[in-house]
Amino acid sequence: MNLEGLEMIAVLVVLVLFIKVLEQFGLFEPVSLEDSVEDEFELSTVCHRPEGLEQLQEQTKFSRKELQVLYRGFKNECPTGLVNEENFKQIYSQFFPQGDSGMYAAFLFNAFDTDHDGSISFEDFVAGLSVILRGTIDDRLSWAFNLYDLNKDGCITKEEMLDIMKSIYDMMGKYTYPAMREEAPREHVENFFQKMDRNKDGVVTIEEFIESCQKDENIMRSMQLFDNVI
Amino acid sequence: MAAGVAAWLPFARAAAIGWMPVANCPMPLAPTEKNKRQDELIILNVSGRRFQTWRTTLERYPDTLLGSTEKEFFFNEDTKEYFFDRDPEVFRCILNFYRTGKLHYPRYECISAYDEELAFYGILPEIIGDCCYEEYKDRKRENAERLMDDNDSENNQEGSMPSLNLRQTMWRAFENPHTSTLALVFYYVTGFFIAVSVITNVVETVPCGTVPGNKELPCGERYAVAFFCLDTACVMIFTVEYLMRLFAAPSRYRFMRSVMSIIDVVAIMPYYIGLVMTNNEDVSGAFVTLRVFRVFRIFKFSRHSQGLRILGYTLKSCASELGFLLFSLTMAIIIFATVMFYAEKGSSASKFTSIPASFWYTIVTMTTLGYGDMVPKTIAGKIFGSICSLSGVLVIALPVPVIVSNFSRIYHQNQRADKRRAQKKARLARIRVAKTGSSSAYLHSKRNGLLNAALELTGSSDDEQHISKSTSLIESQHHHLLHCLEKTTGLSYLVDDPLLSVRTSTIKNHEFIDEQLFEQNCMDNSMQNYPSTRSPSLSSNNGGSTSCCSRRNKTTTHLPNSKVPATRLQSMQELSTIHIQCSEQPSLTTSRSSLNMKSDDGLRPNCKTSHLTTAIISIPTPPALTPEGESRPPPSSPHPTMNISTTCSNVVKVSAL
Repeated sequence: MNLEGLEMIAVLVVLVLFIKVLEQFGLFEPVSLEDSVEDEFELSTVCHRPEGLEQLQEQTKFSRKELQVLYRGFKNECPTGLVNEENFKQIYSQFFPQGDSGMYAAFLFNAFDTDHDGSISFEDFVAGLSVILRGTIDDRLSWAFNLYDLNKDGCITKEEMLDIMKSIYDMMGKYTYPAMREEAPREHVENFFQKMDRNKDGVVTIEEFIESCQKDENIMRSMQLFDNVI
Repeated sequence: MAAGVAAWLPFARAAAIGWMPVANCPMPLAPTEKNKRQDELIILNVSGRRFQTWRTTLERYPDTLLGSTEKEFFFNEDTKEYFFDRDPEVFRCILNFYRTGKLHYPRYECISAYDEELAFYGILPEIIGDCCYEEYKDRKRENAERLMDDNDSENNQEGSMPSLNLRQTMWRAFENPHTSTLALVFYYVTGFFIAVSVITNVVETVPCGTVPGNKELPCGERYAVAFFCLDTACVMIFTVEYLMRLFAAPSRYRFMRSVMSIIDVVAIMPYYIGLVMTNNEDVSGAFVTLRVFRVFRIFKFSRHSQGLRILGYTLKSCASELGFLLFSLTMAIIIFATVMFYAEKGSSASKFTSIPASFWYTIVTMTTLGYGDMVPKTIAGKIFGSICSLSGVLVIALPVPVIVSNFSRIYHQNQRADKRRAQKKARLARIRVAKTGSSSAYLHSKRNGLLNAALELTGSSDDEQHISKSTSLIESQHHHLLHCLEKTTGLSYLVDDPLLSVRTSTIKNHEFIDEQLFEQNCMDNSMQNYPSTRSPSLSSNNGGSTSCCSRRNKTTTHLPNSKVPATRLQSMQELSTIHIQCSEQPSLTTSRSSLNMKSDDGLRPNCKTSHLTTAIISIPTPPALTPEGESRPPPSSPHPTMNISTTCSNVVKVSAL
């Protein structure tokens, strides 16, 4: 009957309220289905200190002053001493406000993170920079090869190159002149492989790469741009 | 690009290595640094506190003072640091801005001081970070309100507004009753009549004794004529007041649209409508309704009470909270009314006949009134009824503190404004005193200047140091400037002291003359009482000959002022005069010519050693027939025969003004 139904409902409502009140007082802890993660903060912030200045000086080709400057800038952006991929992408994206530099930043991250522990420490950072800025042309070229070789198997496939190319074109953003065509990266990749792939086996190995680059004047000249970056 | 990330630019450039091998065309040339300076530390000395930072840190923001070459103006060659004579506390925040890219606003800092510092360093306040921006904006708004308040009250109190026509005076009188007594009287009279009108409205309905016929009559009907007369009188006053306000209002259209004028109209309309309408039966119902509107007269009190106005303003500003309260109440009422209706439907003789009928119960319960005329009888009804009353308390209690805090804030703001206005008067008075102090300092120094000139003429150099005792270089330059202005225009400054401002400003080039002329005149008067051995130099002297003359040879008594009649003496009292006494007594030939500036040579040999006294004549001394030599600080003339004409040192009076 209506009335009894309503009475039941009334009683139920009172019961529910009662339970809620008890919960508030902490006297009645219901079984929680999942751990309440929100209450726990990350108490430990990982902090990493780099090796001493002398060791870094030995390992890299930077002078003491340059290392100091580099470290100050590094520490300013990453007070904890470690850069994770999120941070890295965010920092890198500030230089390219128009496009989307996320993919390329991810590739860079993998290239810098030589020990693949998910974060770049100052040593990794400086090691990479040392090669790029102070290394020989061959060193630089092999570093670039390492960047392109996404799965680090020693050779660049067309798919890997296409990914890289797309990420570079993405950095330009939508508003370009002339407007970016869909097939531009693919064409660029074809071009690249034509130049680099000597034996036409569809992949570019590191020897082919270095050899082809050494023959290309443009590339050689552009490699020298990195001499005065710092 | 954020400033801190600039440090990662080399990395970004290095990362471009990935593009090189895939590029089809040659790369552009890289920019070269002209002078590759090593990063160096800069020392910034701010009021003694030294801050150090890298040069590149400051150069992150090249359009500020520290980031541009403007700071070179502050470079101190001797200490090789940049010195800023500013607040070091605020500078801390500013330097942190360069370091971290975020500008913070410290809460303890005064908003205008902070703004000044930001303007000095060339930083826009819009850069303030999100964490502090709200606080900054709040404080800035408060400050702006305060400034507006001050300006308003200044404008209001600008005393003599010249040539206000009748309308404007009337309007001012209406808006600020304190400006004139008439306005005050008017203010109180209207207040009184408002009270009278409201009271009569109330008393009209009180049953007032019985009339033969055993019928209880309200007073209104018993003394109908009396009440009618009272009502008429009140309405007359209100009408007159309204018309006067309408006449005086600067913008009649705007005035007619304002709330207060609408209240005025609504208050007096019922009377006139009642006059027009006859005692017709069909319209008497409407007539009765109209009389209700008479109670609106009580709102006229809001012109008289600031608290009422604040209350009204608060309610207006809390409109959103009130709206929310209303909305949530309505929701709850409908829900609970429905539930109660269906719960009580079954019980016999239930008062809950329909849902709208249950509205009454819900409202009474939620506001915890509980009249008891409608009571649930079933169990379900009782349960839901109790839930209803509990929730009612919550729903009503929530928005009320917001309204209360709004009211309190506005009220305190008003209090503060009033307090500031009161304090301002005292402050202005003190400032005025300080200002007169500075202008009398100018006149002081003029006197000193004359003294200097006099001393030069009298050939004594070692006493000059006495004069230039306490005026700083800045002061003396300032005074010189004012003096030049006086010379240019031919006018002179008046000290705002009625005692001193004696016809000084009108004579060209003779700032000091008038006083001497004045004295001269006084002395003339006093001369009558003196033995005729007085030198004729004291005869009247027309001021024209002694241009810029600072010296006079007066072989007068020490205090000729004491001879002057009382009224003049008053003014003399305030004069500060310096007596330059020359020790040796010159001949008494203080002829007219000798009073001339040119005649120094005549005087010079006379005053070899001059003795300087500064006498401030403040008390009228009785006329002293004793030779002046005695009443003066020790003159160096030891002549025993204190003949007045012979003893006196030359008194050169140089007086202010």
